[in-house]
Amino acid sequence: MSATADSANMAIPQNAVVSQFEQDFSERRRKSRRAWAIGSVLFFICFMLTSWIGDFFKVTQVTMPDGSREWRWIIPVGIPRLGEYISKTIPTLHRDSLGADLADWFWRWRTWLKLLFETILIAYMATVLGVVGGFLLSFPAARNLAPNKWILWLTRRYLEIARTVPELVWAIIFVFCFSVGPMAGVLAISLHATGALGKLYSEVNENIDMRPLEGVKAAGGTWFDQIRYGAVPQVMPNIISYTLLRFEINVRASSIIGYVGAGGLGQEFRTAMSFQEYTDLSALFVIIFVTVMTIDYGSEKLRHRIIGMEGIRA
Amino acid sequence: MTQYLTLSDVTRQFGPTTAVDRVSLKIEPGQFVGVIGRSGAGKSTLLRLINRLIDPTSGSISFDGTEITALKGKALREWRRDCAMIFQQFNLVDRLDVLTNVLIGRLAEHGFLSSMAMQFTDAERAQAIAALDRLDLVPQALQRAGTLSGGQQQRVAIAKALVQKPKIMLADEPIASLDPANATLVMDGLKQINQDDGITVLVNLHTLDTARAYCDRIIAMREGRVFFDGTARQLTDDVVRDIYGLKGLQEFNEAVTSTALRETA
Repeated sequence: MSATADSANMAIPQNAVVSQFEQDFSERRRKSRRAWAIGSVLFFICFMLTSWIGDFFKVTQVTMPDGSREWRWIIPVGIPRLGEYISKTIPTLHRDSLGADLADWFWRWRTWLKLLFETILIAYMATVLGVVGGFLLSFPAARNLAPNKWILWLTRRYLEIARTVPELVWAIIFVFCFSVGPMAGVLAISLHATGALGKLYSEVNENIDMRPLEGVKAAGGTWFDQIRYGAVPQVMPNIISYTLLRFEINVRASSIIGYVGAGGLGQEFRTAMSFQEYTDLSALFVIIFVTVMTIDYGSEKLRHRIIGMEGIRA
Repeated sequence: MTQYLTLSDVTRQFGPTTAVDRVSLKIEPGQFVGVIGRSGAGKSTLLRLINRLIDPTSGSISFDGTEITALKGKALREWRRDCAMIFQQFNLVDRLDVLTNVLIGRLAEHGFLSSMAMQFTDAERAQAIAALDRLDLVPQALQRAGTLSGGQQQRVAIAKALVQKPKIMLADEPIASLDPANATLVMDGLKQINQDDGITVLVNLHTLDTARAYCDRIIAMREGRVFFDGTARQLTDDVVRDIYGLKGLQEFNEAVTSTALRETA
């Protein structure tokens, strides 16, 4: 027996317990590998099936440069058209006449700036209303806090309906009710935000420590007292964080709902598209992009400061 | 005063298990009562039943002639104020300051708006500070409760209980998460309140020597039932063995579970 074999024997002690464990362990590993393999195959099949249903494998007739019609797979045919559309929206800027070209690109800047201001105001007011609604409803919608299951069921369904219907659809409904203008937009976005925030807040509520609430209850506090003193101070940092996040989302939403007449920049998209003013589209895109980026940056800074801050008096 | 707390045939079931099984007790006003027993013997459930944090499956609890199990709404909240509860894990609001935590003890008397706005009167604030002063916590009054040590937090909980102006104080393992020095402070605080204010104290303990040192009367529970009810002197080693089911153990050493500070001489 060589020295190396000897030391190998030393490293792996052989006895019944160890070999039994090794056997069980390899058995378990084999099972888990099999589960993974089956899962991967199923996933792949599902993915291919959805691609097929989603027309990703579609073969279509296209007109070739020589005028003949040929059958081609849709993806390589469609991609160049994307570039075609985007290139239409790119303005012509020359180095020597840059100022004039830019002025030409943003020719409606007065209107756009006014509408941008309106867009931000819509988002701001919708966020305020959405936060109030979502905050108040998040407590009866939390499984651990709801006073009874009927109230839980009712508030949850209400929040679901409010967030399932997209802002744009709410906007169409409110434009019908209250006519064209920012008010319809505010109502549409705030309703959707109530649903979305109520859900997020209620999940925060479900993760709180229940002992402080019990302490308030044992001292003779009402359900509202338990929420106000026991729950609210615990959830406050998360609420603020989600609220700022929602403001960013609402700015994006309010910049499109004008498409159906609910105020803000969105109406300009519609005008530009129907008049085929492609460079206007890119100008509007630049305006919204810069705005959202600025708000993202600012609110992220604010959020981090708030999360890092100790002792927020709730 | 004939403000007896009377429990008769109180039973509480959680599914198939009976946590408290036909317990009948009569607690005299001003007594310092210790409840001992193994984990799961029903001590916590018993205290929670009295405060009505949970409702009994059957039986009756009455205080000064009032049936406690029938109370609802405002009357129930006033009863909870009258029998203040102290918890093992303190159950304070960590993110609120100590003063507000103490003022939570006044909520039973508040209307909706003043409570939601966290508005308390000057008199209430003075009362809270006086209570904190009794427990030497005035310097920490504006600190967040979560930043305090365990012993300090439990004393804040006692101050909160004091501003409730209770007739009975229920303490559920108040010293189980504290070190010996803090445990002594908390127990002394309870004893002092019991003697100076004449408040009945009902305290769950799992350290026998603490029970012997502080309690006028010791109640031992086993499997949901009252197994022993008497003075510390009547609690002999044989009884203790039966309470804790230590038949197999030859010698039972109370010092093992002790949290008391002793001279090591």
